[in-house]
Amino acid sequence: MSMADRLNGVARKVPTGAVYLLFLLPAPWFFYLAANGQMGVEPINTLERKYGEMALQLLILGLAITPLRQYLGINLIRFRRAIGLLAFAYVAMHLLVWLVLDVGILSQIWADILKRPYITVGMGGFALMIPLAITSNNMSIRKLGPKWRKLHRLTYGVVLLGALHFLMLSKGFQLEPLIYAALIGGLLLTRLAPPKSMERARST
Amino acid sequence: MANRWKNTLKESDATPESVYLNRRQIMAGLAGLGAIGGAASVGLMSGSKPAVASTDPLEPNTLEEITSYNNFYEFGTGKDDPARYADQMTTSPWTVKVDGMVDRPGDYTFEDIMAKMTIEERIYRFRCVEAWSMVIPWNGFELADLLELAGVQSSAKYIAFETLLRPEEMPGVNFPVLDWPYVEGLRMDEAMHPLTMMATGIYGRDLPNQNGAPLRLVVPWKYGFKSIKSIVGITAMDQEPPTSWNKSQPREYGFYSNVNPEVNHPRWSQASERRIGGGLFAKRVPTLMFNGYEDEVAGLYAGMDLRAHF
Ligand code: HEM
Repeated sequence: MSMADRLNGVARKVPTGAVYLLFLLPAPWFFYLAANGQMGVEPINTLERKYGEMALQLLILGLAITPLRQYLGINLIRFRRAIGLLAFAYVAMHLLVWLVLDVGILSQIWADILKRPYITVGMGGFALMIPLAITSNNMSIRKLGPKWRKLHRLTYGVVLLGALHFLMLSKGFQLEPLIYAALIGGLLLTRLAPPKSMERARST
Repeated sequence: MANRWKNTLKESDATPESVYLNRRQIMAGLAGLGAIGGAASVGLMSGSKPAVASTDPLEPNTLEEITSYNNFYEFGTGKDDPARYADQMTTSPWTVKVDGMVDRPGDYTFEDIMAKMTIEERIYRFRCVEAWSMVIPWNGFELADLLELAGVQSSAKYIAFETLLRPEEMPGVNFPVLDWPYVEGLRMDEAMHPLTMMATGIYGRDLPNQNGAPLRLVVPWKYGFKSIKSIVGITAMDQEPPTSWNKSQPREYGFYSNVNPEVNHPRWSQASERRIGGGLFAKRVPTLMFNGYEDEVAGLYAGMDLRAHF
């Protein structure tokens, strides 16, 4: 049995509920650490960044599912909805930390959304995720038919905005946001050039 | 010419941290009595608005806070990187190369400098451009005294500073986050101002490496990045020297970089700040013009458009 087959065998046995649980647990755990002085002396920014980082990592994981199957034969498609909704949950918590704990001043919140380009870009990413989260259920897939696939291509826009947001908020010339951007760029490129085997499969 | 500027906080003559922590409690006790709380803390702003002072009783941050949340990109861009890696930096022996328009250029060892300076204590607000702030009890001497020692010539108009660049001890400089070495500068009147100091300690101890050992600049009315750390070069010149953040992002960081809640920054609103140490539910407080040192320094910029010269 190949590596991919073995992985697929394991993945088949994992209930999606376990994926939700596994990825949601860090959220209250981080909050607990931050509230109890175990996330450094500036827990607000640290927590905000942790949630943002989790959101971006989940978005990347979601983006990797199709190429993982196409190129390596690893099938995690069952978990894609969970990953997408989890990413949305982390962006929402990231935004909530910013709104309530970080800024907390209504006039300044508006000014920041309009005037700070990296916040505007982040908000754009969050806004695009709302219709995706709302339609991440079987009923919407049935109702929207082929339009659902089209709508969910917005994911590409969301990750691009997420990558841009990270690049813009980093001071100076930093490596980490560049690595994320490169990873996202690479995953998006796989959409432009599907692997040969798939083409062959399709044409025969 | 030390002690030009008086800290009237009496307790601050004593240095051990425990004394500060005690005072912290005393101050907290006084907080309800606005007038007294104000009187106890106006010292820092000699005769200025007690209204501000009473809501802002300048209790110093703890040593742990001051030494665990730092920007010192030579050791990495994470806030905890300096605390983790800065102990790799060798700070003894240490020499500061003083050159340019001075009568007595040369390599000044740290010991030479310390032997000639009078160390005093200053409790200053510290405001980072990232909109967080601390209150730090520095030990050090006025930059003006060092410039006098070097014999700065009257034709010099600016002072340029340079941070140590030693890749084998500084993991952060292997990536061009900034154009290393870190450089900063002040106009001569800013450099000679009695508030401007060279810090060599905190809480009466030697300056921790992550805070810029063995000596760093402290300019309390400017954003923190102006207060360059671990200085190895001081040059007197007649032109405005290049400064690191300005070179990196000229639209965001100007040469002056005075704390100014009214001048917008494309990345962070400068209208408010969060004092480190309040935990997860700390509220922001309004940022003060010139970081609360308006009475002392506004005159330096009379007639200047602070929006153009941000
Ligand atoms: C697609 C949506 C978003 C993604 C993927 C995202 C991701 C991120 C990431 C990866 C970071 C840096 C984490 C780190 O340093 O490790 C970050 C920081 C941050 N994000 Fe977001 N974000 C999103 C939306 C938003 C929104 C809607 C807001 C607020 C309106 C926001 C505000 C911030 C702030 C304030 C920071 C910290 C900046 C600083 O410390 O200077 N983000 N975000």
